[in-house]
Amino acid sequence: MTLLNKTTAELQDLLHNKEVSVKELTEATYERVEKTDEDVQAFISLNKEQALEQAAQLDNEPVENRGPLFGLPLGVKDNIVTKGITTTAASRMLEDFVPVYDATVVERLNKAGMVSVGKLNLDEFAMGSTTETSAFKITRNPWNLDHVPGGSSGGSAAAVAAGEIPFALGTDTGGSIRQPAAFCGIVGMKPTYGRVSRSGLIALASSFDQIGPMTRTVEDNALLLQAIAGLDAKDSSSSPIEVPNYKEALTGDIKGLKIGVPTEYLGEGVSEEAKAATLEALKVLESLGAIVEEVSLPHSTYALPAYYFVTSAEASSGLARYDGVHYGYRSENAKNLDEIYRKSRAEAFGHDVKRRILLGTYTLGAGHYDDIYKKAQRARALVAQDFSDAFAKYDVLISPAAPTKAMKIGEDSVDIVTKFMSDILTTPINLAGVPAISVPCGFSNELPLGLQIIGNHFDEALIYKVAHAYEQATDFHTRTPAIREEK
Amino acid sequence: MSKLTREEVLAVADRAMLELTDEEADMYAEELSTFINYADKLNELNTDHVEPMTHVLQQKNVMREDVVQDVLAREEMLAGVKEHKDGEIKVPTILS
Repeated sequence: MTLLNKTTAELQDLLHNKEVSVKELTEATYERVEKTDEDVQAFISLNKEQALEQAAQLDNEPVENRGPLFGLPLGVKDNIVTKGITTTAASRMLEDFVPVYDATVVERLNKAGMVSVGKLNLDEFAMGSTTETSAFKITRNPWNLDHVPGGSSGGSAAAVAAGEIPFALGTDTGGSIRQPAAFCGIVGMKPTYGRVSRSGLIALASSFDQIGPMTRTVEDNALLLQAIAGLDAKDSSSSPIEVPNYKEALTGDIKGLKIGVPTEYLGEGVSEEAKAATLEALKVLESLGAIVEEVSLPHSTYALPAYYFVTSAEASSGLARYDGVHYGYRSENAKNLDEIYRKSRAEAFGHDVKRRILLGTYTLGAGHYDDIYKKAQRARALVAQDFSDAFAKYDVLISPAAPTKAMKIGEDSVDIVTKFMSDILTTPINLAGVPAISVPCGFSNELPLGLQIIGNHFDEALIYKVAHAYEQATDFHTRTPAIREEK
Repeated sequence: MSKLTREEVLAVADRAMLELTDEEADMYAEELSTFINYADKLNELNTDHVEPMTHVLQQKNVMREDVVQDVLAREEMLAGVKEHKDGEIKVPTILS
């Protein structure tokens, strides 16, 4: 199918000139998804009927009303609620949960004329970094089906990389947009905490979670963020700071820009290939006129323990609402109210979710609250201070987005602490709430590697500027997995 | 290196309203111990004069007027409910 190998700009032209109808493009998308997803397993559900209906309505829209995302296909991570469409968070707990409202981001994208194709797989309640802990299916990396796509937005990343859809929404609590984007060779942005409304996002850890765009190019990414960013009365933690025009930032000019490279992010635990690709990328940026210097973020090693204790505490409180009464799963084996709570939760939550609930409940318990939880929140403050200090001197910071390429399916679930080490380059960013993107920067054994560009609070435009300049100077984003050509 | 006991895990699970079998409790005792020992890492830090960070943005309370609005029709709301009768939600018997 040739339509889906076209660039977004080409698709927009075709739609705008009415050479292709939204309905035709939507049908072509489903054709592609139905073929490719047998192998990739990125989608949890498809809402073909509603999407085709919406497409037919959009075709009647006068050309002058059509915005920059009009008629384009979108995939939504299945922890973002969609009115009338099952939203599971990849958990048995919400297997048959049909929300009665749309998340603000979905509302905004519908308004922009995007067609939501279906819901994408994730680790259960977004807890994980491989998309292996979904209660329903294991998503595969389109570059090599024996490997994981990363996680927890693995379904979103895989669907975009496999050419099933050009745009997807992911969520990032500790790297869940950037790491799968790196593993699948696409562009994934975690915006500043508060830049995008979390209304309608099923929370993992509310003071960390952020919804963000996952796309094939930096320009597409900027377009998608433009449409979802900004204050929302339904989310009091969303920021009133004005949203700039991101597309205008894509000038390619980064002359004189000051880049800091955190020493700690190229140290132990980072593979040689990830390190080499990052150093190579820095040379490219230098050749474009940027000034590169080393910088230290001295509290980096405390970020991971701080992250795990604080997010688990928030997760255990947040997940208390799943009690067998309010939503979804209710145990049939319960004989009284107390058993409804205990058995429903025991039967419907998966292993990793239970572990986080237990860890969080332990952390918040008397005797541990001061020693662990508060201590972790103090460490969090120090990690955030590191970033403030660094951004006083540098415009952006650069590191690998993930310490290795994608691991094999099953390979990673042996040792939990090692597994979590894979989050070492991304979690500090969420602790501080600053924005960061992953863009393709190389390959190792035909598996993609990602470059992380980190900016100061609300500096997404500057991140896009750097990412776009780098993308235009390299050709990693133009390479596609074989599965995209075969199908 | 301290290790959680099965009983300690079961006590935490009780607070979390989560039923666990003894086998599960043993397994989580192992896994949680690994994490909890990881917390020792944080004790290397001197945080005497550091305020705990709770939120990224320094936002004041966001208030709005409490205004009655039509948000959801009864029909729509009931569409998301497992069992209902005569416009009311059916819940399991809790008093016996």
